[in-house]
Amino acid sequence: METIAIPAINMSVIAPEMILSVVAMALLLINVFVKNEQKGYLGYLSIAGILVTLYSLTIGWGAPQDGFSGSVVQDNFAIFFKGIFLVSAAMSILITDQYLQREGCNQGEVYPLMLFATVGMMLMASGTDLMTIFLGLEVLSVSLYVLAGFNRGSIRSNEAGLKYFLLGAFSTGFLLYGMALTYGATGTTKVVKIAAAAQSGMVSSNLMLVAGMLLMATGFAFKVAAAPFHMWTPDVYEGAPTPITAFMSVGPKAAGFAAFLRVLLVALPVFKAEWSSLLWVLAVLTMTVGNITALYQQNIKRMLAYSSIAHAGYILVGFTAGNAVGTSGILFYMLSYAFMNIGAFAVIILVGKKGEENNNLADYAGFGYKHPALGVAMCVFLFSLAGIPPAAGFVGKFYLFSGAIQAGYIWLAIIGVLNSAASVYYYLRVMIYMYFKEPTEDFNWVRLSPAFIICLIIAIAGVMIPGVVPGTILELAQKAILM
Amino acid sequence: MLDNVWLIPLFPLIGFLINGLFGKKIKNEGVIGGIGTLAIFCSFLVSCGILMQLVGLPAEQRVFEKVIFPWIHAGNFKADMAFLVDPLSAVMIMVVTGVGTLIHLYSIGYMHGEEGFYRFFAYLNLFCMSMLLLVLGANMLVMFIGWEGVGLCSYLLIGYYFEKKSAGDAAKKAFVMNRVGDFGFLIGLFTLFWWFGSNHNIWTINFMEIKAASHLLPYGGVVTVATLCFFLGATGKSAQIPLYTWLPDAMEGPTPVSALIHAATMVTAGVYMIGRMSFVFIKAPETMMVVAVVGAATALFAATIGTAQNDIKRVLAYSTVSQLGFMFIAMGVGAFTGGIFHLMTHAFFKACMFLGSGSVIHAMHHALHHGHLHDDPQDMRNMGGLRKAMPITFLTFFVSTFAIAGIPPLSGFFSKDEILWQAFSNPYHGDLNKVVWALGCIAACFTAFYMFRLVFMTFFGECRINPKVKDHLHESPLVITIPLMVLGVLAAVGGFIGVPKLIGILPNYFEHWLEPVFELANEYGKQYAHMHEHSHSLEWGLMGLSVVIAAIGIFIAFTMYMANKSLPEKFTSAFPGLYRAVYNKWYIDELYDFVFVNPCKSLGNLLWKGFDVVIVDGVVNGVAKLVMAFSAGLKGLQSGYVHNYAMGMALGVVVIIAFYVFR
Repeated sequence: METIAIPAINMSVIAPEMILSVVAMALLLINVFVKNEQKGYLGYLSIAGILVTLYSLTIGWGAPQDGFSGSVVQDNFAIFFKGIFLVSAAMSILITDQYLQREGCNQGEVYPLMLFATVGMMLMASGTDLMTIFLGLEVLSVSLYVLAGFNRGSIRSNEAGLKYFLLGAFSTGFLLYGMALTYGATGTTKVVKIAAAAQSGMVSSNLMLVAGMLLMATGFAFKVAAAPFHMWTPDVYEGAPTPITAFMSVGPKAAGFAAFLRVLLVALPVFKAEWSSLLWVLAVLTMTVGNITALYQQNIKRMLAYSSIAHAGYILVGFTAGNAVGTSGILFYMLSYAFMNIGAFAVIILVGKKGEENNNLADYAGFGYKHPALGVAMCVFLFSLAGIPPAAGFVGKFYLFSGAIQAGYIWLAIIGVLNSAASVYYYLRVMIYMYFKEPTEDFNWVRLSPAFIICLIIAIAGVMIPGVVPGTILELAQKAILM
Repeated sequence: MLDNVWLIPLFPLIGFLINGLFGKKIKNEGVIGGIGTLAIFCSFLVSCGILMQLVGLPAEQRVFEKVIFPWIHAGNFKADMAFLVDPLSAVMIMVVTGVGTLIHLYSIGYMHGEEGFYRFFAYLNLFCMSMLLLVLGANMLVMFIGWEGVGLCSYLLIGYYFEKKSAGDAAKKAFVMNRVGDFGFLIGLFTLFWWFGSNHNIWTINFMEIKAASHLLPYGGVVTVATLCFFLGATGKSAQIPLYTWLPDAMEGPTPVSALIHAATMVTAGVYMIGRMSFVFIKAPETMMVVAVVGAATALFAATIGTAQNDIKRVLAYSTVSQLGFMFIAMGVGAFTGGIFHLMTHAFFKACMFLGSGSVIHAMHHALHHGHLHDDPQDMRNMGGLRKAMPITFLTFFVSTFAIAGIPPLSGFFSKDEILWQAFSNPYHGDLNKVVWALGCIAACFTAFYMFRLVFMTFFGECRINPKVKDHLHESPLVITIPLMVLGVLAAVGGFIGVPKLIGILPNYFEHWLEPVFELANEYGKQYAHMHEHSHSLEWGLMGLSVVIAAIGIFIAFTMYMANKSLPEKFTSAFPGLYRAVYNKWYIDELYDFVFVNPCKSLGNLLWKGFDVVIVDGVVNGVAKLVMAFSAGLKGLQSGYVHNYAMGMALGVVVIIAFYVFR
């Protein structure tokens, strides 16, 4: 007797995503009844939702399960990444309200949009089917297009939204074409089955599969802002509302890497020689272009945009290695990067005032003396970004580069270290302005709300604790790799 | 209780954070001092609990390692934040937290009204935390963090009065000299790590793991190199020849600092480190010999300088250097227990004396201040006869002086006699041990002399302070005298826990207690040198001799400074050259300036102006200019037009695909 295979639905696999989606939809409804100046409460509600989601995630740690006929999986890898997304979403939300009120674009939709974007990221990390990954990517991207242009009154914000949309759509074309080619070659969209097909040679055309892989890689490279697909980044980061920039520079990048890692490491390990040589070139290009261009920037948001490109490059170094040390280094680094980057953006928001973002380096003259605590916080974040011990950025880079060395990519590690050294210049330059230039302003508009204080404390703790005591986080990361 | 060992360094850390972050806002001295003192007192209570529990365990089970959290794992290298509790570290935490508590309490009174009161207590707590990390560390890295931490705190506290140039200079000197030693420590660590790893594939820096593998270590050879490096570290931290000159200068710091850091705890770190690694040191006979000889030389050398100083704290500083020398003699002759025992009794009587001198300075300062006089309150030539005005300070100081001079049955007698006897009877260094013993005996004589000189000049005779303010000399408040009394009592009776077997009125608890720690080292020692049998009469005789020597020192001091006060004058005019040399500390500072400091400065100048400015800066600036030009070019690519960006992406895709398809 033939049995009929009933597709295993297993809702518990996507329970966190469902919780967050329900919260987001509820917020959309509640938003109607909340007065404009009180939209901040929506932020606190979304953080509550995020905390519940985070809790529901921790339950699944160590007990991987899949659902929907193997289209999604809840393994340690996915959970670790989802933790990064949720943390970065929560921290970004903490710094959103004050900014939006100041800029007079205090629409409550921003919170549901950020939550939907987070759901999209979570699906990307969980997806074990190219279609699921694509679905997550689109949910994320569409939300981000809106978020980037969220400040309707600002031309720069509009420009950012539009540019991001056009180029994003363009890159999605590549990605989807790559997926289609992969499907054509293997007859499946499930990563495990693609791997099996590629392994056993049951492929209609090897060339087709390789071309599909390369096109997918370019699509993901766009998402993580790797050169030469990075050019949208500075314009979008600069134009978008700053809390959104903070959010975009961390979460979506991590999500892009999550999907990228799963597709290459799980579906296409057979072509490791090919993709690691491609990633080698991308890593070098991305690090170098990001760092070198950042040297010249006078606008701090643009500078951090290039810095985020460079950081994608460092992560690609660990990815190129493709071994346990490199992969766990990626996870560790992504998490630390969330704390240091969002922390830095939080300070940037505080320096600005209505209508004047004060994003030029000269605007930071003497800031460290006028606001010693914020100055020190900024220094902590910048030191970490530059990779100076005892901040987490150092430990993360250490593991990324040692992964590369272990895999035999000595030159790649050397180029990475040289790049890292060059980057110190532009990070330290901010500190020079903060401490060695005479203040021209008294910065009396800087107002530290409780939400900001919480965000900054979390960020500093997130940078310093793993920096001094990397053991615990690293152990988690080692348990979360895809091998 | 043992599981709670992490609380011990945690309390001072909390105290440091509270006072360091909010002290400026708290302002109230009582609260700040209370927090600081309470923090270390809590650690003391936990330490007591741990000691109790250890005592309750059978001797062979008194080793406990607690991993607080996993720390660094990279390749073969593994270091956890872990603490080691065993009889040795138990002694150390008791000394550090016990003496530390008393000195914190004392500081509330002594530092009253000082600017930066909160800063002082914050640093003091930070110091205690670092010192506790040092003694509790289960591996060399944790120990090294404490090692560096105490160095930092010492620097901060010596330079506490940073507006005074001499204080700033002294702080720098201490820091640089310590760094020289730390360098040795690190090289030693690397050598040992590398040797075990490459020869036996044991990649460890954990003390217990090294102990377990120590049978693999050869005698001499690489072990000598490693231990000599470690010993260099010890000479820096514990102020031994050649790196001792920072300690007398360190007296620029407030007196409680001198008592806690530069007498009772930090400077004994080197002794503790050798004790902790006794099973490694004993395998390097040459190093042991160096340790013993350096210790003996330092003990004598510093003692001679101490005889001619007039600053009360400087005498005590040289005395500390000299006493540390005694501890190193003990370590060098394999009498590890004796060294640690002297470390403990020394912590009692020297802390008591330093605090007593602080009490004297405090009173002098107030009196002179009252009369608007600018005499030096630390100069013993301005003192005299203080025993009437300050009876408690005098009494405690007097007891401690007898203790350090080695008069039975005070604590110093037992520990010093133990060291001298072991120096005489140990089998390790052939005939050299007699030389070490003789040097030690002479140093002991000098010790008795300069200490009683200090006491006679300060507390006895005529009061030489300006008569205008004589009536304003008062005993210090209770918050200062209570610690003095406690320490005085400890200095008197502390020796009874280590009564030699020979006397036998009490069992030698101390030796018994530390036996499991040094058992292995003693066993290794027996493998290359056998203990000779010595008769009891010889031991009794030497014990009597050391008492006689002390008595001679006291007698000379009495004749010169009490009975016949013109004698010192005559002596200096009879030997003016000798006196000048001793008074100027044998010109060692000048020698170091001439041999090391000035050549280094000129070389540095040369490298700076010749090499650095022209070549290094030239290359760096050239590269920077090149990169900046490149950066400007790349910036130009960023046109802002979407179609350009899309074009770039498309080109990228085409190049990538083409490369892989057509290769």
